[in-house]
Order: sequence, then structure tokens, then C-alpha cells
Amino acid sequence: MADRPVALAEKRLMDVKLGQLPSWLGTRDFTPNGLLSAVRRGHDRYYNKYINVKKGGIGGVAMLLVGYVVLSYTWEYDHIKHDRWRKYH
Amino acid sequence: MLSRLVLVSGPAFKSSGSFGACVVQASRSLHSSPQSLAPVPPLPEKGGKVRHGIIPEELFQLLYPKTGVTGPYMLGTGLLLYLLSKEIYVVNHETFAAASIGAVVVYGVKKFGPQVAAFADKLNQDKVSKAQEVKDLAMTSLAQAVEDEKKEQWRAEGRPMLFDAKRNNVAMLLEINHRERLHLVTNEVKKRLDYQIEVQNLHRRMEQEHMVNWVEKNVVSSITPQQASASLPCSSPGFLLSTPVRQMELFPTFRFGDLYLYLLWPPGRGSALVFRAVYIC
Repeated sequence: MADRPVALAEKRLMDVKLGQLPSWLGTRDFTPNGLLSAVRRGHDRYYNKYINVKKGGIGGVAMLLVGYVVLSYTWEYDHIKHDRWRKYH
Repeated sequence: MLSRLVLVSGPAFKSSGSFGACVVQASRSLHSSPQSLAPVPPLPEKGGKVRHGIIPEELFQLLYPKTGVTGPYMLGTGLLLYLLSKEIYVVNHETFAAASIGAVVVYGVKKFGPQVAAFADKLNQDKVSKAQEVKDLAMTSLAQAVEDEKKEQWRAEGRPMLFDAKRNNVAMLLEINHRERLHLVTNEVKKRLDYQIEVQNLHRRMEQEHMVNWVEKNVVSSITPQQASASLPCSSPGFLLSTPVRQMELFPTFRFGDLYLYLLWPPGRGSALVFRAVYIC
């Protein structure tokens, strides 16, 4: 349901069709300022949804910690590879 | 939330938002966003829902239409088995450490979560109530100021009445003064006129007395040569004098034997007739 045509650059990621993805990526702002503002926006969204509330839960912080654990495992994978039990999987 | 982590070392299940951080956040977004954010909207009560502490609810909602309720769990199980079997996730000493830590953390959260949450809630409640007190105090004082201002305006309305009263007072004083002077003038004029009247009275009295004396003297002197032919018992002429004379005119005499009465008419006030009697021997 398209009520009015929206320019490609202003569409959100979820509204972009798969075929338009490369052109949509071309319209994104990849300057350092743009990257910084994207990080800022992402941070604001997460913060306002999970942390900046009257009765927050464990989830807000726990998700960050889990994400950190996963990321650090990914970076250490080449070292952890050597602890594998079997050579062939 | 972050300030709560500062307050309490362990994690908690339910907690209140951190006001300090959120104030900073609000001010930051105030400066960066084009919309005006005053008054600042209130914080949401609860955060985004998270299942089992680490998986956001959105995933379950995403998969529900296609796979029902157990979809995400199946996905999780399959993913876990895949990671283990392909040894993308390697089981080593760190796994044991992570499992122990995880167990302790989960136990701590489940047991002490509500208490910590209540404590943090109370702290925040104190802050809020203090701020509310200040606000209420300011409101009451301002309302009181409005009331006082209205009262002052009402008082100011009464000022013309005050001025009218004062004007009346001044007018009365002037009137009193004017009348006093009128009285003064009247009295002074009356005194002068009375003086003139008294002077005239004095003149007439003196003239009358003089005239009376002269008449008496002449009468006595005219009688004295006839003394020899008059009645003998009378040795010396005696004069019966009545009350003092205050007359203006002379009237004809009456003779009662040896008594000659001549009437003197008093003018003006009083209608009493005064007789001047002369007993002539």
C-alpha cells in the first residue's frame, strides 16, 4: 500500500525492496560524520528502549554483555580453534 | 539503569530509570533534534520486553506467524547443536568458567532482584518527592502571590473613596472656618453698634438728668419764697425720691394736697411708670 511515492534515500532499511538494496546503500552517508551520527542514532534507540525507563529489567544490560561475549569470542576464534576436540567435522 | 549499577553492585530484576543519565540524555536530544521537547515527555514505565533476559521479544513476534510458539526455541536448539557439532563453539576450560559464572548470576538475579529493585525504586521515589515538594512549594507561594496581588488591586480600588473622604474633611474645615469668621464679623459689628447705642443712651440720660435737676432747682427756688405762707407743720422741705431716674421726657404734674407729683415717662424697654415725687411744704 503506497499512499505516496517516497524517495529511495529516505526509506528505512526494512522498507527497501531486495532489488533496491545496492542503490539504497549508495545513498547512505558513509562520511565519518555520517558514521558517527549513525552510531549515535543506534545508541539512542537502544538506550531509550531498554535502559531509559522507569522500571528497567536485566535485559537491557544483559543483552549488551552477551553481545560483548559473542564479539570477543569471534575475535578470539582463531586462537580458540586449537582447542577443538576433533579435527574433522 | 546505569546509575543503579553504580548504587548496587549486583544486578536487579526490576529497577527504576536513572534520572541523572536520563536528564543528560534528554538535554542531548533537546539540542540535536529539530522538534522542541519542552515539556519533556514522561519516561516509559517498562522497557522493551526481553525473554529469558537476553533475547528480545521481537524475535518471537517475528517468527510467530510462520512457526507458532515453539519456533524460536527450535531455532535456538538447532543453532546450538549446529555450533557444537561443527565446533564453531569449542568446549574448553572457558566453557566451564562461563557456566559457573552464568549459574551464579542467574541465581543472584532470581533471589535478590526484587529487593534491589525495591531499594532503587525507593531512592528514586525520594528524589521525585523532593522535587515535587519544591514544585508544590513554588506553586503555593506563587498562588499566594497572585492572591496578594489581587488583594492589593482591590485595595487600590478603595483609594478614590479615601480621597473623597479627605476632600469632605477639607471642605468641612473650610466651611467651619468660614462660619467662624462670619460669626466674628457679626459679633464685632454688633459690638460697635451696641457701643453707639450705649453712647446715645448715655447722652439722653445725662440730658434728662440735667434737665430734671434744673427743673427741680427752679421749682425749689420758686417754692422757697412762699415758705412763710405755706403750712407750718412742715419745717423743711422734704423730698421723696422714688427709684432712680431713667427717663427721657417730662409729663405734667399732679397735685395731691401738698404733694406734687410729676410723671416722667420711661422710653424703650420696660413699661413701668416712674414718679418723681416732691413733697412741698
